[in-house]
Amino acid sequence: MKFGDILQETYTALSANKIRSGLTVLGIVIGISSVIAMVSIGQGAQSSIQSSIQSLGSNLIEITPGAQGGPGSQVSSGRGTARSLTQGDADAIASQVTNIAAVASEVSGRYQITARGTNTNTSVDGVTSAYPQIRNIQIAEGSFITDQENTSLAKVAVLGPTARDDLFGVGAVGVVGQIIRIKNLEFTVIGITVSKGSSGFNNQDDMIYIPATSAEQYLAGNQYLSTIDVQATDASVMTQVQNDITDLLLTRHNISNPAQADFSVLNESTLLATANSITQTFTILLAAVAGISLIVGGIGIMNMMLTTVTERTREIGLRKAIGAKQGDISLQFLTEAVALTLVGGTIGIILGVAISLGVSYSGVIHTTVSWIAIVLAFGVSAIIGIIFGYYPARRAASLNPIEALRYE
Amino acid sequence: MIEIKDITKTYGSGEMALQALKGVSFTINDGEFVAIMGPSGSGKSTLMHILGCLDIPTSGTYFLDGKDVSKMEDDELAEIRKDKIGFVFQSFNLLPRTTVLRNVMLPLIYAGVDEENREERASTSLLAAGLTKTHFSHLSNELSGGQIQRVAIARALVNDPSLILADEPTGNLDSKTGEIVLSTFQELNEKQGCTVVLITHEQHVAAHARRIITLRDGVILSDHRNRPGQTT
Repeated sequence: MKFGDILQETYTALSANKIRSGLTVLGIVIGISSVIAMVSIGQGAQSSIQSSIQSLGSNLIEITPGAQGGPGSQVSSGRGTARSLTQGDADAIASQVTNIAAVASEVSGRYQITARGTNTNTSVDGVTSAYPQIRNIQIAEGSFITDQENTSLAKVAVLGPTARDDLFGVGAVGVVGQIIRIKNLEFTVIGITVSKGSSGFNNQDDMIYIPATSAEQYLAGNQYLSTIDVQATDASVMTQVQNDITDLLLTRHNISNPAQADFSVLNESTLLATANSITQTFTILLAAVAGISLIVGGIGIMNMMLTTVTERTREIGLRKAIGAKQGDISLQFLTEAVALTLVGGTIGIILGVAISLGVSYSGVIHTTVSWIAIVLAFGVSAIIGIIFGYYPARRAASLNPIEALRYE
Repeated sequence: MIEIKDITKTYGSGEMALQALKGVSFTINDGEFVAIMGPSGSGKSTLMHILGCLDIPTSGTYFLDGKDVSKMEDDELAEIRKDKIGFVFQSFNLLPRTTVLRNVMLPLIYAGVDEENREERASTSLLAAGLTKTHFSHLSNELSGGQIQRVAIARALVNDPSLILADEPTGNLDSKTGEIVLSTFQELNEKQGCTVVLITHEQHVAAHARRIITLRDGVILSDHRNRPGQTT
C-alpha cells in the first residue's frame, strides 16, 4: 500500500466524523498549547526576575552587619542590626582586596520628609560617590553626591522619581534647588535619578540619597554603616572577592571562627542562582500540569480510535478479505491517530504562541517562546499519537476476518 | 484450479469439539461455475472460508493453482486472497460514503497498482459487471441493492482472480434483482471464463450453476452436473 493511499484513506476516515475528530483534536490542542504557553511564561518570568536582579547592579557584593549582640550574647536582635561595619572597613576593602571596581558605603534609614506642605515617609540612603556606578543609577537632572560633599557633610539630597512625585507633584520640573526637610533639617535638592522600576518588593525609585557622612552625623547619630556595596571587576572573580572580603573583615573584627562573624557577605550571583532555581521549579510545575492535560488528550485519541475500530469492524474484515495484511491495517489506524495528534499539535503550537504573545502584549510578563519548546511539543504530539494509537491499531490488525465480516 | 483432499475442520477441542467438515474432497477446474449447496449447519460456510483462504483446514490439503495454501500464515493467506480470490458477500460490504469507482479500486490499492492503471481496470470490471459510466461517481449508499451487489462483483473481478467466491449473493435481494445478479455471474462465467463458486442454501439459486455440490453434516452428499436453466 502506498503512502499517498494511506493519507487519502486517513483523510476519508477522519472527515467522515468531523465533530468527533475535531473534539479529539481539541484535547491535543489544549495540551500542546498549554505546555507551550506555560513554558514560555515561565521563561519570561525567569528572565524578568533575572533582569531586575541585575538592575540592582552588576557583579555586586553586599556586606551587611550581622545580628546585634555578638559572640557570647544570648539575645539576638536579628541580622543587619549590629553596629559592626565602619567606613574604616569600607576603606580597607577598597585598598586591600584585589579585583574590585568600586566600593560604596550606605547608611540607610526611614524618615518623614516634608517639602512645602507635602510630606512623605521614605527611605533615606546616605551614600558615597561610587554608589551610582555600582547600583546602576543614572541622573536625569542635576548631579549626584560628590566626595567633596561627603567630606564637608553637605546637606544636599538626590531624589528618586517616586519621592519627587510624592513631594513636588507627579512629573514636577525645576525641583533641583528646592528645599526638603528630613528630620526637620533642611536639605537642598541637587539631582533627580532616572526611573529604574521596582524590583520585587522594593521600589527603587522611592528613595532619597544624601551624603553618607551627613546621614551618620545628622540622622543616625553614630558612625556605623548599614551596607557596604562592592563591585567586582568581573563576574568570574565574584567568589574570590567575596572570600577575600570575608577574610579581611574577620581579621579586622578579631573573629577567629567564621561561624561567629558579625557581618554577612551576599553575592549577587548566588541571589540570581536562587531566583533562577525558584522560577525553574515553577516552570516545571506549570509544564507538568500542562503535560497532564496532554496525556488526557492522548487518552482521548485512544478512546476515539478504539470506538472507530469497533465501528469499522466490518470494514476491517472486508479489507482483510480483499488482501490487506496485518501491517496494512495497523499502519492505517496508526496513521489516523498520528494525523489527529499532528493536526492538534500544529494548531496547539499556533495557539500556544498566540497565548504567550498575548501575555507579552498585555504587559504582565514579557514571555519568551523557545524553538526547543515548539520542536519538543511537535515531537511529543507525534509520539502521543503513536503510543495511544498503537493499541487500537494492533487490535484492528489482529481481528479475525471471518468474525469481523459477520460483526453486527 | 482448485484441488481439495480430505479436508476436515474442527472447532474447539476435547468434548466440546465440533467437527464442521469431516473429510471433503473435490476438484474444480478453471472456468467452472459451481454451486455449493446445503442447509445451515452443513458445513458450507466453513468450506467457503477455507476455499476463500480466510481460514485453514484442521487436516487435509488445499491446492490453489498448484500451490498448497492449507498451512499458510495469516499474511501469506492475505497475499493469496489479494491475488487469486474475489469475494462477493451477502451483505455487500462496500465502503459507505465512498464512490463506486473507489470501492472497486480498493483491492488494487492493496495490490500496489499505480493510479492510472487502477482507474482503467476498475472501469473495465464495472462495465463487465453490467454497470454504466454514470454510476462511477455515485456514492455506494446511493445505489439500489442490485446495483450495489454488481459493484461488489466488479470489485471481486478487478484483480483477475482465479476464483470468484460468492456467499449467498442474492440473500439480501428480492428475487427479481437476484435473478439479474445471478445472470451477471453466468455471463461472466460464459463470456470471460471466470471460475465462480456460489454458496447458497436455495435450490433455484444453485440451479444457475453448471455443477452442484451438496453438503450435509460435513460430508459431500452429491456432486453432479447441471444444465443451467431459467427457474422463474
